[in-house]
Amino acid sequence: MTLLKKTITLAAVAAVGLGSFAAQASETIKVGDINHYKRLAFLAQPYKKGLDLAVSEINADGGVLGKPLEIIYRDDQGKPGEAVKIAEELMTRDGTVMLTGTILSNVGLAISSYAAEKKYLYLAAEPLADALVWAKGNEYTFRLRPSTYMQAAMLAEQAAKDPAVKYATIAPNYAYGKDAVAAFKKALTALRPDVTFVTEQWPALFKIDAGAEVQAIERAKPDAIYNVTFGGDLGKFVRQGSLRGLFDDRKVYGLLTGEPEYIDPLKDEAPEGWVVTGYPWYDFEGGANKAFVDAYKAAYGERPGIGSLVGYTTGQTIGAGIRSAGSTDTQALVAAFKGLQVDTPVGQIMFRKQDHQSTMGAFVGTTAIRDGMGVMVDWSYKDGADYLPSDAEVKLLRPSAN
Amino acid sequence: MELFIAQLLNGFANAAALFMVASGLSLIFGVTRIVNFSHGSFYMLGAYIGYSLMQVLPGAVGFWGAVVLAGLAVGVIGVVVEVCVLRPIYKAPELFQLVATFGVILVIQDLALMVWGPDDMLGPRAPGLKGIVRILGEPIPQYDLALIAITPFVLFGLWYMMAKTRAGILVRAATQDREMVGALGVNQAWLFTGVFFLGSALAGLGGAIQLPKGGADLMMDFNILGAIFVVVVIAGMGSLPGAYVASVLISVLGVFGVAYLPHSTLVLMFVVMALVLMIRPYGLFGRAEVAGEHGQVGEPERPIKPAGRNARIWVALGLLVLAAVPVFGSSFSQVLITDIIIFCLFAASLHFMLGLGGMVSFGHAAYFGGGAYVAALLVSYANTPMELALILAPIGAGMLAFLIGWFCIRLTGVYFAMLTLAFAQLLWSLVFQWGEVTGGDDGMVDLWPSAWLNSTSAYYYLTLVLGVGSIILLRHVAHSPFGYALRASRDSSRQAEATGINTQRMKWAAFTLAGMMAGLAGGLFLFSKGSIFPSEMETAKSFDGLIVLFLGGVKTLSGAVVGAASLELVKDLITRLEYWRLMLGLLIIGVVILAPEGIVGSLQSAKEKLGLSKQENNQ
Repeated sequence: MTLLKKTITLAAVAAVGLGSFAAQASETIKVGDINHYKRLAFLAQPYKKGLDLAVSEINADGGVLGKPLEIIYRDDQGKPGEAVKIAEELMTRDGTVMLTGTILSNVGLAISSYAAEKKYLYLAAEPLADALVWAKGNEYTFRLRPSTYMQAAMLAEQAAKDPAVKYATIAPNYAYGKDAVAAFKKALTALRPDVTFVTEQWPALFKIDAGAEVQAIERAKPDAIYNVTFGGDLGKFVRQGSLRGLFDDRKVYGLLTGEPEYIDPLKDEAPEGWVVTGYPWYDFEGGANKAFVDAYKAAYGERPGIGSLVGYTTGQTIGAGIRSAGSTDTQALVAAFKGLQVDTPVGQIMFRKQDHQSTMGAFVGTTAIRDGMGVMVDWSYKDGADYLPSDAEVKLLRPSAN
Repeated sequence: MELFIAQLLNGFANAAALFMVASGLSLIFGVTRIVNFSHGSFYMLGAYIGYSLMQVLPGAVGFWGAVVLAGLAVGVIGVVVEVCVLRPIYKAPELFQLVATFGVILVIQDLALMVWGPDDMLGPRAPGLKGIVRILGEPIPQYDLALIAITPFVLFGLWYMMAKTRAGILVRAATQDREMVGALGVNQAWLFTGVFFLGSALAGLGGAIQLPKGGADLMMDFNILGAIFVVVVIAGMGSLPGAYVASVLISVLGVFGVAYLPHSTLVLMFVVMALVLMIRPYGLFGRAEVAGEHGQVGEPERPIKPAGRNARIWVALGLLVLAAVPVFGSSFSQVLITDIIIFCLFAASLHFMLGLGGMVSFGHAAYFGGGAYVAALLVSYANTPMELALILAPIGAGMLAFLIGWFCIRLTGVYFAMLTLAFAQLLWSLVFQWGEVTGGDDGMVDLWPSAWLNSTSAYYYLTLVLGVGSIILLRHVAHSPFGYALRASRDSSRQAEATGINTQRMKWAAFTLAGMMAGLAGGLFLFSKGSIFPSEMETAKSFDGLIVLFLGGVKTLSGAVVGAASLELVKDLITRLEYWRLMLGLLIIGVVILAPEGIVGSLQSAKEKLGLSKQENNQ
């Protein structure tokens, strides 16, 4: 008991001390970032580094509205309820002017709903769920990263060019996996009505029984496979699939598979010849993309991941948004974010007025092995704007737009 | 047919690592009666240490050497944990040690992150066993065949050690009756340490040997925990051949589940466990637990009594302060206290069935989430007013508890706990999987209170009145004739029945009431956050409840509330720090060692020792 009580007292004193310190040092403009720094450390840390880099560049450039920009990072343990509590704390106690962050869609959706209720601005950095801007979209939420639907549509466009007609899908058994399969099916059958889906596999997230999944797909004898597994599941699936010859003479389409966070751990076992979305940081020959990669490597001595790019772009968006609003008032910020244009490493992006989705796109290419590491070759950048539904469709998808 | 054989072989190969880890857990439980949540962490450490060693040691000898060394290294870590953390608290109340092992999980998670970094590692392939063999034309990885061949040797080795060596005889004797083994002059402390070494080493071995089929990542500790508990329970606690049979059963069923019911991946093994427990309440190879064997470890529990006048005055003052928070406190302090009261109610409801009813539930979050989802579904699909939905939340959760309780109350001890866990997992996967209705893991959002309750302060008062009111109601029930009958059923079911108490019915009623109160907490949670997700029904949530209960003091009435409030406050303060899990883990371990009766229990003892209050049983 004594230990706990002492700790509580000490911590309370420390918190009061910190609080008064923060009150004195309100010479900065603060933004609250909520992320799963522990639960998904391998994704969240590159994101944080990217965001830090952008903020330090903005501050070297004089900050925003004449003050330095400051990010307050908080860990939400990967729990939506916790994130909502932290959101309130950031906005009312720490004096942040807006919220950003999260990778998990459910946490993003919880913060988004809360932001709308309390009228706080929330820039959803990485959650991919389509619902965030459509079915559950609201006035106060904007999303940066290209959504599940956009990335699946990019792959479906490639798949439509191939003669294969019998497809198998494998996706983790949760909302993102289901959305990703549904989006791919919808986009591909729209382009190619003759395509059929012969099996759908749903391994539990991060608990894949890869050998069994490979056997089950083989049993269905598909012409091509659409893969949504990622992280540790991907490595196991690729190893068992290669070992058992599942990928021989079959086209495979891999959502996010080319992202360094997912393909690098596979090293020389990375699959070859898959058509994937990802981030070919190693191949840029100039321009803003190359400049970002160089600055990131110089700052941290390691390669950027897709999370680094998103984190960096998040920082740029926040800077541009606050500058454009000319104030930190939420209504002014919301107005500024609608149609906000931001110059990013991948080019200029825009936050669409109709659904608050940014037009940031993704890189699509074919996987290969180079120097013992998986890379993307023959890649190209696909502008997100080309893969979003028409305004009329968005109206139907987004009840709050009417 | 060819495919069938190939799938069967795949299942047997998958069973290898599962068997090793589960048999370690089973051994540790059999002898020490510790429900070791940190066993998954030992498995994870085995994988990481094995991975690191394989980078250094060359060739096939290096590979297999690394597997064995990883097992030994993890065994040593297990010994350190046993000696430093668990040995001081063997005399604590039953199951108290699981709180300490939870602290160990947190510490190991952050240490692994520090040492190996956040990136997933794909396991190295075994030298010489990288290819496939064609059996009836089907490709079978060579390493799978190696695993299938090795496992029986491990089983045989363990069986030989248990059946034929003196150490094994002592271990078996301790499994049967550890008091008697102690009385016969065997040094129990070293026996426990030895078993911990063996059990942890098996977990480490399992972690290292699965590397070529999998890898090392920071989530594998929790990911395997469910599976190994299922195996141990299906087998019957302490049975090694049972653990092998159960591992094979679960693995083979898993493989066929993937092929023929692809959506079943979340839930299949829990369905199997629930079925086995309903037919054979002590697992396939288990024996009935000897009554009273580990019912009352440590000091006998004192009779509880209503709070005295002083205590009532203090509580009333505290409530006045809470009622005044909206006047002088910030908006965030109201949000934080709302969260804390909801969690306190959840913990108090668990305490009612666990502390007073003696029913250790590992699945209490099912009723918390159940209540929240009942309300959320009513509002979303039936346009129910929020007020009515909040009233129906505890009723819906109570109905769930009523149904599930009927199945569970016929079991006791750890088997009861595991059946509640299985049902909780079934409900969770129903909510998780049924995306069209429940939104799956994207949850249900935009569910806010009615306008008159929607301000932070109004909702704060609502939570204060309902939450504190329910906690006081639970206390009141504890002092009612029902409460006395319930405690009688817990302490001595035979005598209670002889006096005309229907003990099963008492337990069933307590189960239902606890479920209702958890459901109310869930309903309050839903409208305070505006959203609900399946993560609120996860096992982790149930464990949170258990931990605060034991931290606060399971044998005291106010322990649950004190524990819940303390932990939430501490979490709020330290989660802003980089390595907060490490700190929280160490803090939990520290509290557990310094206050083995929980915060409230140890405070009471200290007060009595200092003469500040009289021994209650003298009155």
